[in-house]
Parts: sequence; structure tokens; C-alpha cells
Amino acid sequence: MSSTGTGTQPPPHVIEAARSPVMASAIAGRTKVLPILELALLIAASIAPLVLRDYITVYATRVLILCLFALSFDLVWGYAGILSLGQSLFFGTAGYGVALLSRDFGVASIFAVLPAGTLIGFVAALLLAGFLLLGRHPSSVVFVSLGTMTGAYAADRLARGSHYLGGQNGIPSIPPMTIGSHELSEGPGFYYLVLAILVLIYLLSRFLLRSQFGLALAGLRENEQRIAFFGYNVQHLKAIIFAISGAIAGASGSLYAFHEGFVWTNMLGVVMSTQVVLYVLFGGSGTLIGAVIGTAIVEGLSFWLSDNYRDIWPIILGVLLLLVILFRPLGLISLVLGERERVGHFGPSLKEKRNAAP
Amino acid sequence: MPLLEAAGISKVFGKLTALDGAALSVGEREFHGLIGPNGSGKSTLMKCLAGALVPTRGKVTFINTDVTSLTPPERARAGMSLKFQITAVLPTLTLYDNILLALQARSSLLDLAFSRSRGRLHEEVMTLLLQFRLADRAFDAAATLSHGQQQWLEIAMALACRPRLLLLDEPTGGMSLEERRVTGELLQPIKQHCSLVIVEHDLDFIRDICDRLTVLDQGKVLASGTVAEIQANRSVQEIYLRRA
Repeated sequence: MSSTGTGTQPPPHVIEAARSPVMASAIAGRTKVLPILELALLIAASIAPLVLRDYITVYATRVLILCLFALSFDLVWGYAGILSLGQSLFFGTAGYGVALLSRDFGVASIFAVLPAGTLIGFVAALLLAGFLLLGRHPSSVVFVSLGTMTGAYAADRLARGSHYLGGQNGIPSIPPMTIGSHELSEGPGFYYLVLAILVLIYLLSRFLLRSQFGLALAGLRENEQRIAFFGYNVQHLKAIIFAISGAIAGASGSLYAFHEGFVWTNMLGVVMSTQVVLYVLFGGSGTLIGAVIGTAIVEGLSFWLSDNYRDIWPIILGVLLLLVILFRPLGLISLVLGERERVGHFGPSLKEKRNAAP
Repeated sequence: MPLLEAAGISKVFGKLTALDGAALSVGEREFHGLIGPNGSGKSTLMKCLAGALVPTRGKVTFINTDVTSLTPPERARAGMSLKFQITAVLPTLTLYDNILLALQARSSLLDLAFSRSRGRLHEEVMTLLLQFRLADRAFDAAATLSHGQQQWLEIAMALACRPRLLLLDEPTGGMSLEERRVTGELLQPIKQHCSLVIVEHDLDFIRDICDRLTVLDQGKVLASGTVAEIQANRSVQEIYLRRA
């Protein structure tokens, strides 16, 4: 038994009661909305290309890539409380990186460019974290958000001024990505590839965020100062999740570059960074699925509105976003998801408990 | 050699001198009360001990190591734990997760990422919750607890770090008489493995559980000694009479 228990050891029957599965499953009994929602969305996404017209499938592919980008922002903001307003820095840097790889070195194999883009995002985020997060004392939210925003702005400006990077026009006509000898052009094939990558990264993120590491992140988000007094090195925790998020943004940036066939400075700049913030706020942060839903709805709405209300659609979209943020500050997801399920719980599974029991 | 030794601690905020050469010495398994009128510098001294503030002058030694400029996480890893004056439980997490969060602070990042220590820590979490009479609420959000229960949860979290020294800033603030009595009971067994520095307004409570007292007044130590010595001390009586 732990050293903390000495002295007031509760009577054995009380300990037994605490260990019993009844108590442990007190939470397990509640209905879970999240898995149902995730499954329903996955099914809908899987059959979408079969029923959608081709040009819409192409648009939907772009939306899925942006969903991946939104996940990267949810990871830092929704889970760790780091307000990164420069998320596009990693998205765009990776996009430019893979564009150069294919333009100057003829490398377009997915097995080379996707890992390369992910690595570029990871390293860029780690470098920025070195400046912004890894001081001896924790840095303030404002410092980090302004720092990340400045990073994105500077990258945008640098790219605009660089002849090598194509200046204002960016890098056009990137050759298509290849799998073996097969060329991936936009359409259902590309769609399913992106969907598979999105699902994979979603599941990996979910695994990490529901682990004890996720609990530490929740502590970070709720009260950074408090958990420092437990002995957590909050700066390291932040840098790690920031770098992971950069890697995900990098993966989505490289997919984006190959899907669109060109990269341009907007991919690096503040516009793209703000967009991803809106997706996540709209859908609801800190749930992963909220980021996906937010992206899909915002992008879907823009698509439909711009077709039907050609002149005023941005205003309609803006008002809708404001309404959601005003009346549903926790995002659309809070319509169906209670707080307990949103925050989650981190105790061990029954199996883990049984293994721990002497 | 005492467990904790603070000497010549001064803390200046702009023109305000909150602490002026205060000193404190706490032995192994000693319960040490820190008392004094409002504004005498008790909380500031606590914060200097815990690392929330860095003293302007002076030195804090903990287990023979100079910890004056160590950050809070470094002090926590050295065996020091703090319960804040204002309750700082994590309101949206369950009680269980609040305790687990404190307990797992020493696990490696890899263990955290693969959840390798939570099975092992389960019993410790439940023991602490039982010890602080919170086990039946284990899976409720901490926000749903009463004020007194939140204080207990905080003490449980502070103890979960397995400290050699626990710093408690007003643990009974806002508690009912009955809750205070229970808090005293809950703290007693800690003595077997841990020292305590406690800031508290309730003098009866302090008298009941502390071995030694240090009285601060205007940032200086007015008196320090056993409870009996302090009770007999003229100048201490005076400041408390003056206040009454």
C-alpha cells in the first residue's frame, strides 16, 4: 500500500468496496454519444464519393485535408490551452517543402513526401516552441499567440519576397503525387487516401489524448500553475504537444499542396491560421470530432452559400459563426455532447485494475 | 539539521516590504504553524517557500539543498508540496482524475503516453479518496463538491505527490466548525511521514495540531517556539489583544 495510506488505513471492507467493479463502472454505464457520432460520420464520409458528383468529391477531398489541419489546432488549443494563431506556418512550410522536393528533385512518391512534410511541420513547430515555450518560466498565453501569429506573418512575407519560392505567385503546377507507378490525381482515389490518413491520425490523436498524457494536458489547460506544483514540467509538455500538432499540420499541408497542384503564400499566412481557429470554435474545441464537424460545416456552407448568394455569402457566414459562438460558446458539438463526455475521464480500464490487484 | 530552513527572507514589491528578514525552521515530522495578523507576510513567506515567488534576499534550504531559486516543479520533485490558499482543484475533471493527475506527475512521459502507470496507481488513488472521505464521489466532477470537500481534495492532491514537506495555506478557510474538526483529524496521520507548515487564522485549530509556532508581524518574526511558549509570550499576546 502507498506510504500516504499509513495511519488512517480504512477498514478492509471499505477498500474492497472501492475496488469493486460496480464502483469502477459507475461511469461506464452512461450512454456515450461520441462513438456513435464518430461512426456515423465515418460511414457518411466513406459513401460520400459514391453519391456525390465528381467535382464535389474533389471539393470534399480538400475539406478532409482541412479537417486534418483543424485537428492539429484542436490538439494545441482544445487540449493543451495553447492559443496558436500561426498554425498555418507549419501547414504552409510543409506545403512549400514538398513542392520544392518535387520541383527541384523530382521526388513525388507519397512514401517520401508525406513523411517529409510531416517532419518539416514537426521541426518547424519544435523550433518555434524553442523560442516561445521553452523558457525557464512558463510564457503567457498572449505572448505565445502573438509569437505564433508573427511567425506566420513573417513566413508569408518572406515567401512573397523570395524569387526561389516563386514570390507572390507561389509554386505552380506541382507534378502529381505517386504511389509506386500510379499517379494520384484528384478524384475518389485521392479522397479515400486522405480519408484513410485522416482516420489514422484521428485515432492516434485520440489514443494519446485519452492516455495519462492526455490527463496531464487537461491539467495544463485547466490550471497550468497548479500542475507545475505537482512537479510537471509544463514547458516540456507544451513543446511536445506543439510539435506533434505541427507534424499533423505538416502532413495536411503536404497533402494540400499535391491535391491543389500548387502552393502560394496564403498557405503560410494569417488568413489560413484564422480560418482554422474558426473551424474549431464553430465545431467545438477539445473533442477532435468537433474540429472535423466544424471544418465540414463551415466549408460546406461556404460552398453552398457562394453558389446561391454570390455577393453576400461571406456576410451570412460571418453572422452564422458569430451566432454559434455567442449562443454555443463550446461549439456545435455541445448540442449533443455533455461536459462529462467532452472532458472525459482517465482512470484505468477494468482489465488494468485487475492486473494491478495483488 | 532541520528539514526546511529559511533565513533572512525579504520580499519587496515596489515600495511595499512584505517580508523583512523573516526566518523559519521546520524539523522532520514537525507540524509548524505560521500565524500573525492580516498583512503580516504569512502568505508571502509561504509562496517564497513553495517557489511561487523568489525572495528579494535570503536563502531557503530544503533537505540540505539550497532551493531558493528553484522553480515549483523542481521543488515538487525534491519533495515539497503546496496547497493553495484559493482552492485550485481542476473543476471539470473528476475527483479520481484530480488525484491521478497529482500521483502520475512522477511517471515518465512514455509511461504517460501509453498509460502504463494508471493501473498501478489505481489503489493509491482510491486510498487517498477514502482517507479524505471522498470515495463515494470519485467519479463526479470536482466542481460539484462543497467548499470544504474541495479543500480536502486539494490536501489529498498535495499529499499525492508524496511530499516530505506539505505547505498548507489556510486549509480551513470558509469551513464549518465540524469541517474544521474533521480536517484536523485528517491531517494527524500525515505526521508519520511528512512535515507540515500551515498558515491559518483559526488559532484553536492551530493550537490543536501544531508542535511549534512562528508569529509574524509586519514582515518580521515576532516570536518562534513551542505552542506553550508562544501562548505565554507577552508581545504575541499584545498584537492579538491589539487586534481584538
